[in-house]
Amino acid sequence: MSWNFKPDRPIYAQLIEQIELKICSGEYALGVKLPSVRDLAQEAAVNPNTMQKALSKLEEDGLLYTNRTSGRFVTENEQIVKLLKNKITQNQINEFLEKMKSLGLERKEIIHAITNLLKEDEENEHDS
Amino acid sequence: MNTILECKNLNKCFGSKKALSNINLSIPRGRIVGLLGPNGSGKTTFIKLCNELLTPTSGEILIASNRPGVETKKIISYLPENTYLNDWMRVSEIIQFFKDFYSDFSAEKAYDMLNRLNINPNDKLKTMSKGTKEKVQLILVMSREAQLYLLDEPIGGVDPAARDYILNTIINNYNEEATIIISTHLISDIEKVLDDIIFLKDGEVVLAKTVDEIREENGKSVDDLFREVFRC
Repeated sequence: MSWNFKPDRPIYAQLIEQIELKICSGEYALGVKLPSVRDLAQEAAVNPNTMQKALSKLEEDGLLYTNRTSGRFVTENEQIVKLLKNKITQNQINEFLEKMKSLGLERKEIIHAITNLLKEDEENEHDS
Repeated sequence: MNTILECKNLNKCFGSKKALSNINLSIPRGRIVGLLGPNGSGKTTFIKLCNELLTPTSGEILIASNRPGVETKKIISYLPENTYLNDWMRVSEIIQFFKDFYSDFSAEKAYDMLNRLNINPNDKLKTMSKGTKEKVQLILVMSREAQLYLLDEPIGGVDPAARDYILNTIINNYNEEATIIISTHLISDIEKVLDDIIFLKDGEVVLAKTVDEIREENGKSVDDLFREVFRC
């Protein structure tokens, strides 16, 4: 996954979100060592201080930890990652619901639309 | 000493025209700072004052606690707006020139960057395009181990791909003790690599904040804010 930034919010906040996603998706697996701040900053094409700030916050939240001698690692605690996944899921669904509401859809219609789409998806998978 | 550059009530007038008025700034080490403002807002004047190419009408600039002079030139690596290099020289000769001039210059670093940008060190400057010349100059300036880099419009003439490479070079060479000040109009290109922003307008500092503060407080990018503040 590459790094993308929206103009309307702080970059460090977006870095945090994108690293969280990488951890949830397993791109950064549990217990794995992260690249150095400089390498990460270069990869994302952001200021190293900004990257440092994002990593510090993730450390505070328990998603990363630093080993003084060997670098920075992803947590080995599955529970923390599970909680994070739940949080992201909820946020995404809430955002989606807000959008549907602004389109004027009722609860029932939303559920109906989702069920239909999922069914279609399943059938497509079956066919292929 | 954590401040690399400090201005106290700095004023610069050209005759009756005020180019800079009452600038008070304190820039710490280890930052990448964007000096932004429309044409004629005083960006180049400010940078020239830091390099002693101009002297203040009143007030003071201190670089690592010294007034601009011999001592500060040792620790400042300056990319001027216009080239001062001789057109007839080959890049390799200019590298030798820099090596003689600056004890903190790394020829190895310069050759490495030239190589990565596919620039032949045996080429003469006058055979190069405007963009390539700009790259060469930037490479020379970034190959010094300075404490303060002053880059006046460093990426104006280069294509977007090379721009990315140059920004990468800046991130890569970033050192916790050094500060880089970049004056530019190309805000959206460099916004992500900046720590701090200084907006100049008619010779005055109208805003000095971090990029993330600006995004947080305004809900928009520095580029968008610039367009709003300086709408014509």
